[in-house]
Amino acid sequence: MADPAVLAVAEHRRGELREVSFELLTAGRELADAIGGELHVAVVSGDVESHADSLNREGVDAIHTVPVGEEFDHSVYQGSVEALVDAHDPTTVLLPNSVNGLDYAPAVAESLGIPLVTDAIDVAYDDALTVTREQYGSKVETTLAVEGDRFALTIRGGEWPAATGTGEATVESFDVDVDPSDSGARVQGYEEVGGGDVDIADADVLVSVGRGIEEEENLELIFDLAEAMDATVSSSRPIVDNGWLPKNRQVGQSGKVVTPDVYLAIGISGAVQHVAGMKGSETIIAINTDPNAPIFDIADYGIVGDLFDVVPELIDDFE
Amino acid sequence: MKVLVTVKEVAEVGDDFAIEGTEIAESDLEYDLNEWDDYAIEAGVRLAEDGIADEVVALTIGPERSEETIRMALAKGADRAVRVWDDAIADSFLDVDTKVDLLEAVVDEEEPDLVLTGVQAADDAFGATGVALAERIGFEHAAVVNDLELDADAGVANVRRELEGGVEELTEVDVPAVLTVQTGLNEPRYASLRGIRQAQRKEIATKDLADVGLSPDDVEGALTVTSMYEPESESDAEIIEGDADEAAGRLAEVLREKGVEA
Repeated sequence: MADPAVLAVAEHRRGELREVSFELLTAGRELADAIGGELHVAVVSGDVESHADSLNREGVDAIHTVPVGEEFDHSVYQGSVEALVDAHDPTTVLLPNSVNGLDYAPAVAESLGIPLVTDAIDVAYDDALTVTREQYGSKVETTLAVEGDRFALTIRGGEWPAATGTGEATVESFDVDVDPSDSGARVQGYEEVGGGDVDIADADVLVSVGRGIEEEENLELIFDLAEAMDATVSSSRPIVDNGWLPKNRQVGQSGKVVTPDVYLAIGISGAVQHVAGMKGSETIIAINTDPNAPIFDIADYGIVGDLFDVVPELIDDFE
Repeated sequence: MKVLVTVKEVAEVGDDFAIEGTEIAESDLEYDLNEWDDYAIEAGVRLAEDGIADEVVALTIGPERSEETIRMALAKGADRAVRVWDDAIADSFLDVDTKVDLLEAVVDEEEPDLVLTGVQAADDAFGATGVALAERIGFEHAAVVNDLELDADAGVANVRRELEGGVEELTEVDVPAVLTVQTGLNEPRYASLRGIRQAQRKEIATKDLADVGLSPDDVEGALTVTSMYEPESESDAEIIEGDADEAAGRLAEVLREKGVEA
C-alpha cells in the first residue's frame, strides 16, 4: 500500500454515518490528487464493517477500520488517528468541522505538532497548502498559506458534494492500543432536546425571528404576524440563548432542520449555522436592515428595511 | 478550586467596511468581549458564588487596548486578570499553536483546576484553542458544553455537549479539565455599577514574551493570511423596493401567491 496523501476520518453517531463523512471523501480526493497520492479513510468505533461498506465510494483507495468502542469518545479517536498517522504517514489529516471533530482535531494537531486550520470552505495545493475560510461572521473570506509538510484540516459541512459511486478500496482492520475504559471523559448517554407541543419541522409556513427583534417584548409583533398569516413562529439561536423562546423553536445546525413552503426570516442575518437548518425551504423571504446580510444570498425575495416598519404593515395586510 | 477563564477581545465589523491588504481597516473595527467568553466568565463567577471556586482568574492575549474588555470580566466578578502581549506578535496571525504557547506559561504558573474558554472567537472562529490547550497541559477536556455541574468532591464535571440536530451528549469529565463553553450555558449578567467600580481596583498583571519564557522565534506561526476579500454575493433574490407600506403590500401578494392565507 502506498503512502496516502490524505487520511480522512469518518464521523458517525448512533449507528449512522453523518453526511459530512461523504463530503470528506470528495474534499479528500481533490486534495489527494493535488498532492499526488492516495486517499485513505479511517472509521473508528461502532459497526466499522458496515460503515466501511458505505464509505467505499469512488476515489477511496483504502479504508482502515478501528473496531474499538461504540460511540464517539475523543480519546479513542485521538489515539486511533495518531497511530494511523504514525503507521501510514499521510500529508493531510482531514476531519469534519463538527462538534465532535472540534473535540479531538485540535488535540491531534497539538500532539502531532502539526498546523491546524479549521472550518475550511475551500482548499488548494500547489507545493504548499492554501486554505480558504470565513472570518468576521462570514463578512470576509481569507486565504491562509500553511507552512509545513503535514497538516490537519477540518472542513465545513455542506461545502463539498457527497462522494458517490462504488469504490475499490481495500478494507483493513487496524490494531491500536486504545481502551475506552481509560477515557477521562465518559459518555453517559444522549438526550433529544427541543421536544414539546410545537413541531416547527411540521409547519408549512414559518415566521422566523432573529437578533434584529432587539427586545423580548417585541416578540409580540412576530406572534401577531404569525397569527395573521396562520403561520408558526420559529427563531434563530440568539433568541433561544436569551431564553425568549424554548429550544423547540430553534432552526439551525444545533436546532431543527426545516423545509417549509414559506420561510419568512425577520431580523436574521443568516449565519452559516442557521442557514444549514433552513436552506431547503421552498420559498425563502428575508427582511433585514443590512443589504449585505448573508440571508439575502439564499433568499428568493427580500426587503431591505426595518422590521419595525415593515411587519406592522404586513400584519395590516393580512388582517 | 481555582478557575481560569480565557477571554478574548474580538473585532466586529459593521455593515460597511474597507479591506486594506489582508486586514480590515482599523477605523471600521469595533472591539468587544467575545460573546462565548461572556458565558465562560459567568460560569466561573457562579462557581465562586456557589462556594466551589476560591478564585476566578481571567486570562487574555491582547494589546493594551484590550484591558477595557478584560475589565468587563473583572466587573462581572473575576478576581484578577493576566494579560499577555508583546510587540513581536502584534502583526502576525496568531495560530492555535502560538496561542497555546502563550497560555501554557500562565497556566503553569497559576495551576488552575478548571479552565473555561469560549467555544470560539467571533472574529476568526477557529474553535480550537481550548482543546489544544488541554492537550498541551495534560488536562481532560470537553468541547461545546452547554450545561455544567461540577462535583468538586468527586473530581468530575458533569456536562452536556451540544451536538448537531438537537441532540445533547451527557458526559462525565475528570477534573482538572478544559471546557469550551457554548452560548446559552447560562444567562451572563450585566456588570453592576458597584462591580465596575471594584474592577478599577482589581489587578491586571501584564506579561510579555520574556515573562512567559518565550522568544520571538518561538511564536513564529505556521499560518499566513495571503488574501482577504468580500465574498461575491450569490444573491438572486428579488429585492422588493418601496417604503414600508408599499413593500409590505407587495410582499403580502407574494405570500398569497405562495399559498399563505389568513
